[in-house]
Amino acid sequence: MNHTFSGTPQTLAQKLIARAAGRTQVAVGEVVTCQVDLAMFHDSSGPRRLKPMLEELGADIWAPSKVVLVLDHYVPAQDNDAQRIIQITRDTAREWRLPHVIDSEGICHVVLPERGHLRPGMLCVGGDSHSPTGGAFGSYMFGIGATEMLGVMVTGEIWVQVPRTLRMLWKGKLSTGVCAKDMMLQMIARFGMNGGQYQAVEFAGEAVMALNMQERMTLSNMSAEMGAQAGLIAADDTTCEYLRSVGVGEEALQEAHQWHTDASATCEDASFDATQLSPQVAAPHSPANTRPVGAYGDVPIDVAYIGACTGAKLEDLRAAAQVLRGHHVAQGVRLLVAPASARDQAQAEREGVMQVLREAGAQVLPNSCGACAGYGATFEEGVTVLSSTARNFKGRMGPASVQVYLASPWTVAASALRGRISDVREQL
Amino acid sequence: MTTSSRVWKFGTDVDTDVLAPGAYMKNGIEVIAQHCLEALRPDFAKTVQAGDVLVSGHNFGIGSSREQAAGALVHLGVRAVIAPSFSGLFFRNAFNLGLLLLTCPEAEQINEGELIQLVPAGVQRANGTLLPCQPIPDFLMDMVHAGGLMNVLKQRSQGTRHA
Repeated sequence: MNHTFSGTPQTLAQKLIARAAGRTQVAVGEVVTCQVDLAMFHDSSGPRRLKPMLEELGADIWAPSKVVLVLDHYVPAQDNDAQRIIQITRDTAREWRLPHVIDSEGICHVVLPERGHLRPGMLCVGGDSHSPTGGAFGSYMFGIGATEMLGVMVTGEIWVQVPRTLRMLWKGKLSTGVCAKDMMLQMIARFGMNGGQYQAVEFAGEAVMALNMQERMTLSNMSAEMGAQAGLIAADDTTCEYLRSVGVGEEALQEAHQWHTDASATCEDASFDATQLSPQVAAPHSPANTRPVGAYGDVPIDVAYIGACTGAKLEDLRAAAQVLRGHHVAQGVRLLVAPASARDQAQAEREGVMQVLREAGAQVLPNSCGACAGYGATFEEGVTVLSSTARNFKGRMGPASVQVYLASPWTVAASALRGRISDVREQL
Repeated sequence: MTTSSRVWKFGTDVDTDVLAPGAYMKNGIEVIAQHCLEALRPDFAKTVQAGDVLVSGHNFGIGSSREQAAGALVHLGVRAVIAPSFSGLFFRNAFNLGLLLLTCPEAEQINEGELIQLVPAGVQRANGTLLPCQPIPDFLMDMVHAGGLMNVLKQRSQGTRHA
């Protein structure tokens, strides 16, 4: 992914788009056509929508080797409709001879990097709104709908309007029990649900660069909730070390460090102090309804949910276990844990993390989107849920009467123990 | 002659989960459309008429990438959505399905049930006021006129075949 740039200083977003557009530089606001390096879709956005359209066009996929299909939304099947969608997806994958199919082994945004599909410098699209997760690896990745995905499948190209960059500069060091999820909720509280205005958001500063890759993924993931097109983090040694561990070759990593924002490039900067950050909780029905945990007083919960690409990666499971070790959830509270990938769950088993969670009373659910997508089993009428997921829209995870609060896995675990929204720092 | 369109007014942050509820995502667009916006206005899908327009506050279409959020409106015959701002992802999806979105900073002045006209410069209100809208790039207007990206791709592949 080497590329030569020239001219005025460029942001990371500009560099990534320029490379994909075959240019030495691009200007903010211009519309360019980019070559797509990787396209990801899942059982909901993928074959069941794309196959009839491709057949109608009589067209073939431009490059099956650049396509990754993940079955994560409707697995395991809850009913006949879901079974039918899964069958169409599997049959079509065979028919199209897709070389990269990840079936019931975890959520797309988590399995994509764990299989080494993402590398700094790439331009990728995903048939899912949390596709900006890929930005944690220094690739420009964004979500698109099924019809636009069809366009990519047929042409291998996509238009991009070069975005402005909103740079989130985090200084200082996070306290124990405060994590990337709290950082993100804080940023959404400040900027709002559409505060990204379809810009590129870039996360930088010592507190960001101190995060491991899965924590960085949480930031990029919830760029979607800020209305950003992409959520980028420049590649560094932490990135390269992770990529080596998932089998990415040295050749691909040699140029990793060139993917950064030039010192004098034009960005809108926002400053945050990690040292001052407390655990954050978003009240129903918007992630932007965020306040510090201490502002909540007495909010009893029925369900503590640790799930989804946002909040049930290995790092999230480890965090929950650290709080729950040797304890049991409060009477009447259901603790549900849906590990984000089979590999993460296997590693958590090896470390004893899963055992801690089970002993604390957790019910362990399949490695899929589960209740977060609202497609399969959701919550019953009137319950209050504290969730480590990304969205608490009315009606998303069940009937409109369901009250969903969002927080970090630390806070969800601590609150499960007390049966009410609680400050994890009092329990560490 | 420009035809008048009846306005359905909504608030801010209308998300994709109320436009295309997850519980119906297994179904085809004809079923999803029947539940479009029912969490906000239970009568919407039953009473909306072809040619009507939606007017909304900031951030229309935030949330998921599911293009059925735009597809449901197209299926119900909604002619356009007018709002001061849209989710970027919804914006792409809407034009890809041939749905016109007008970014209109003063959209919130428009009243529920008002008859408005869509004119080249923006929105002509019943009282004669013109509310300006942001210009839309030609390639996106072409998509609206063609009825979506699918038709554009069809035209392109036919063009290649006959070339």
